[in-house]
Amino acid sequence: MSMEATAAEHDGYARPKWLAHHFYTPAQQFNTAKLGMWLFIAQEILFFGALFVAYGVYRNWYPEMFKLASHQLDKTLGAANTLVLLFSSLMAALAVSAAQKGKRMATGTYLLVTIACACVFLAIKFVEYKHKVDLGLLPGTHFEPNLPHGVPSLPANSGSFFALYFLMTGLHALHVLVGIGVLTWIWIRNLRGAFSKENYTAVFVAALYWHFVDIVWIYLFPALYLI
Amino acid sequence: MAAITTAPGYHEEVDPNASYLENKKGLLSWLFTLDHKRIGVMYLLSVIIAFTLGGLFALLMRAELLTRGRTLMDADTYNKMFSLHGVIMVFLFLIPAIPASLGNILLPIQLGAKDVAFPRLNLLSYYIYVFGACFGIYSMIHGGVDTGWTFYTPYSTSDPAHGGVGSSSAVIPMTLAVLVLGFSSVLTGVNFIATIHKMRAPGLSWRRLSLFAWSLYATAIIQILATPVLAITFLLLTLERFLGIGIFDPRLGGDPVLYQHFFWFYSHPAVYIMIVPGMGIVSDLIATFSRREPFGYMAIAMSSIALALLGFLVWGHHLFVAGMSEYATMVFSALTFLVAIPSGVKVFNWIATLYKGSISLQSPMLWALSFIFLFTIGGLTGLFLGMLAVDVHLHDTYFVVAHFHYVMVGGTVMGFFGGLHYWWPKFTGRLYDEKWAVAGWFFVFVGFNVTFLVQFLLGSRGMPRRYYDYLPQYESLHQISTVGSWILGLGFLILAAMFVRSLFSGKPAPRNPWGSAAYEWLTPSPPPTFNFAKDPVFERGPYDYQVATDEELYDGFDDPLFPEKGVAEGEARA
Repeated sequence: MSMEATAAEHDGYARPKWLAHHFYTPAQQFNTAKLGMWLFIAQEILFFGALFVAYGVYRNWYPEMFKLASHQLDKTLGAANTLVLLFSSLMAALAVSAAQKGKRMATGTYLLVTIACACVFLAIKFVEYKHKVDLGLLPGTHFEPNLPHGVPSLPANSGSFFALYFLMTGLHALHVLVGIGVLTWIWIRNLRGAFSKENYTAVFVAALYWHFVDIVWIYLFPALYLI
Repeated sequence: MAAITTAPGYHEEVDPNASYLENKKGLLSWLFTLDHKRIGVMYLLSVIIAFTLGGLFALLMRAELLTRGRTLMDADTYNKMFSLHGVIMVFLFLIPAIPASLGNILLPIQLGAKDVAFPRLNLLSYYIYVFGACFGIYSMIHGGVDTGWTFYTPYSTSDPAHGGVGSSSAVIPMTLAVLVLGFSSVLTGVNFIATIHKMRAPGLSWRRLSLFAWSLYATAIIQILATPVLAITFLLLTLERFLGIGIFDPRLGGDPVLYQHFFWFYSHPAVYIMIVPGMGIVSDLIATFSRREPFGYMAIAMSSIALALLGFLVWGHHLFVAGMSEYATMVFSALTFLVAIPSGVKVFNWIATLYKGSISLQSPMLWALSFIFLFTIGGLTGLFLGMLAVDVHLHDTYFVVAHFHYVMVGGTVMGFFGGLHYWWPKFTGRLYDEKWAVAGWFFVFVGFNVTFLVQFLLGSRGMPRRYYDYLPQYESLHQISTVGSWILGLGFLILAAMFVRSLFSGKPAPRNPWGSAAYEWLTPSPPPTFNFAKDPVFERGPYDYQVATDEELYDGFDDPLFPEKGVAEGEARA
């Protein structure tokens, strides 16, 4: 068994400061971080997956109730939020592209726009939530639908739909909130000049997470608002 | 991600030749360490505490069953005893026991890596575990849970404060504890898969991966894909209890069977989180103590992956009597039988490895052989339960209890202790007293069988599990089982004393006390912080006894057959 040092021995050549002690090469570090985020996304899919299963089961049992209850959701605001998130995903992709080219200013700008979009999304979501709560649609013991005149009244068990609605969009909103935190952190690090053409791993990984958050909404929107 | 911003100069702070135990001193150097070995040791200590606590609850529970009627405690306390035993053993011990402790310590060394892929995530996972455990302790102080470890709805979501029957409010902190512990498990899984994919040393191809590493890989797949479903289930359960959102409670239009589907979608694969790493340890032990390459290396490795994948398709066999379409039950029953194939592949390959191997019956090997013996019983009785007609009779009886204890104790605990004995000299740098180790193993093995073999009989004669009281005809078998639990407890007590003694007065361990060809034995005991003094390049597999040099296989002890040779070599290499 050879125990000789390899070419990547840390004394052999100058290691960049941002290369963690346990990696041989920057490429290894980048690929590892990327794989780590993909694995994390895999667990996130199962996390939301269980809720989609619950949604499928109850929709299958109570199709009429689901149809009536889903009409209470505001399709226009939902569609607006979809556009906001899609645009933010584009901005996140452009931020990565700028970081890869070492353009610090552009990276920062694109990240800021992404964060702003995320905030707009949450603001619209807040308006929607408030409206639902005002109508007495918060599920559970306080569930007392108080719909305006002319709207057909909801079946008694429609609390299940709103439970799923609040939980699925609520968990998604939590992910948006975490995304805002992560992207802000990346933005600050970018401001400090932590990234370069060679080292843009954190920007890439954060954007990957952001795209995932957007994709969840792409499934939530039709499932809850449209069908 | 977490690992990227490691402070510059970490290399310079660390002496590449000093052991990981000596490189930095002080409590804070442990609490904030990024070294996978130190994190593993902290995990090890924590899971052993959990094991002790869970074991005490088991002893109390068994003592209550010594006589009919009240022996020690009232029925409510008894319900809490078995619930806490189950929750603690499953979520605080069995799930993290092997991957997060022994796996954490060994995996990077077996890969020739300096650390796991994300050292900070690794430390975070430990603290999430501690945080989750705190929730559990809070729940225990505030009355404990009486739902069993499965937290079935609607009992767990019914609050007796609102009238009617229900579980104590301490059930919510306990479900939150499990939810939090789940995140810790997921992060370990993410870390291990990334580590195995990206951190292998030059020359370490997938075909040279140790079977323990393969088993951790399979386990990590389950941890990542199953655990989040449990998290969401317990989130729903908590909201149901507090808000009455109507997902699982039939009074609110919900479905308790959906809870069981969700729960077992995690908790059946979780059985493989517990057993597969144990199988990995046993594969390594059998190879080392038979002094040969494992028979059917690739078959053993792939059967771990097969177990991980098949484990996702069989959760329905926990619901055969809960109300499912009979076509679904038939499919789940058939898929359950498929699990026997990879399990059988492993057992046959282990036995074929023993065949014409140069077997030495040292203490770790005793645990490995016990694993094969007991796991075979546990696995075969699992087939009884997978049969639809038989399950109707055996469901929720002591037969089930005996079955899963033969798998979980006979499998996971045997694997855990086998691994602990085997790698103890490596990560503590100390030898332990072999005689006491064998004595401890003997009492555990005998005590375990006395405790649980009779439970097969109890169950097949109709004794339901979780009951506080029983009919006169079950009395003698219950008493045998309780006496068995005392023998079992004595065995673990001996082992605890033996290990503590080794820590304080054990002889220094040589580099390779078992004469193994595996990679972790190429580095000193205990290993340096970066695992190898120089970045290793592997030119042979971890089981290539025919290629390994005499020097690599030298166990560091004097050879009784050739005293002069042994002493000379020992001096030369000291």
